[in-house]
Amino acid sequence: MVEFNLPANSKVGVGKTINAANGAKRVKTFKIYRWNPDDGQNPRVDTYVVDLDKFGPMILDAIIYIKNTLDSTLTFRRSCREGICGSCAMNVDGMNTLACLKAIDEVKGDVKIYPLPHMPVVKDLVPDLKHIYAQLASVKPWLQTQSPAPSRERLQSPEDRAKLDGLYECILCFCCSTSCPSYWWNGDRYLGPSILLQAYRWIADSRDEMTGERLDALEDPFRLYRCHTIMNCTKACPKGLNPAKAIAEIKKLMVVRR
Amino acid sequence: MTTHSAKNLRSPLSEARGLGSSKYGTEHWWHQRLTAIALVPLTIWFVIAVISHLGADHAQFTAWLKGSPLSAILLILTAGVTFHHAQGGMQVVIEDYVHVEWQKLAGIIAVKFLCYALAAACIFAVLKISFGA
Repeated sequence: MVEFNLPANSKVGVGKTINAANGAKRVKTFKIYRWNPDDGQNPRVDTYVVDLDKFGPMILDAIIYIKNTLDSTLTFRRSCREGICGSCAMNVDGMNTLACLKAIDEVKGDVKIYPLPHMPVVKDLVPDLKHIYAQLASVKPWLQTQSPAPSRERLQSPEDRAKLDGLYECILCFCCSTSCPSYWWNGDRYLGPSILLQAYRWIADSRDEMTGERLDALEDPFRLYRCHTIMNCTKACPKGLNPAKAIAEIKKLMVVRR
Repeated sequence: MTTHSAKNLRSPLSEARGLGSSKYGTEHWWHQRLTAIALVPLTIWFVIAVISHLGADHAQFTAWLKGSPLSAILLILTAGVTFHHAQGGMQVVIEDYVHVEWQKLAGIIAVKFLCYALAAACIFAVLKISFGA
């Protein structure tokens, strides 16, 4: 059955508090999930009280400041700090989002930061993305053709190109998949919203010639039909995309080709 | 769930590809939609029919069924479609939440048998009244 309680070694305890406010005018408290695979301890939530005038306006600015000046052991992924690499996806204030795109003043009260939900944790805010990357590879997210390679670019009309809008912008941060209860319960077989959006991106591409094979590979009660239109994916997407619509389009094509 | 333990030496892609696509699921999904659409008018009709019999005794109710083939047909459809929809929906719920293979299978079998038995009982009851036992 679905596990409603965390296993004993996953129960989250209270960690240390570092107060670096020092009489600052604008003070904010960050409560951050910590887990170290090497110390044999349960996860804990550490508290950092910081002066907002010491760093930039985004959540990512805050955690970089904390790592640089207060606690170098804090572990998280980040790269571009402008919402295009997808590395800093995490659960902030109860919503999956990119730390670099989430402003600190959007959060009322203490800022609670956890790793993406229901993924194995490597350390602190770093989830293990092995399985979801393998799922991405399994849908062959590249152009596949039957006809011989042309001597020049494969042409696409502006209308056909427009069909990829809202799909190509996905940066694979997995905020959507890790917000999806169906992916939580059946992520071993269900592909989840991010991978299905990627699959549809190639199904919708007029230059691709393997649409039927792509649909064949998705037609499965678990791979595709675990989507119950819960819509958390669309709500979570920090890029404003609509994975639920992409999944609905796949389901429509499945009916059309019957 | 997938085991992500160090002992598992299968490659992540092998795990993700698993047993492959079953090439099934569209019929089930489509039937759930179809029966859901059918149940909208059927359920509205059924509720109105029940309300219009408020205060009626057994004799009045059976007379209504005997006197109207349309009522009997709609009642049979309501029962049949409801239980067909229910077993399909319950199957999905069980697949979602039960992760021990034999429990999943046992649950699905039990639900399907129960739903079709109840549907048969309902339809038999309507026919029996309708053909005037």
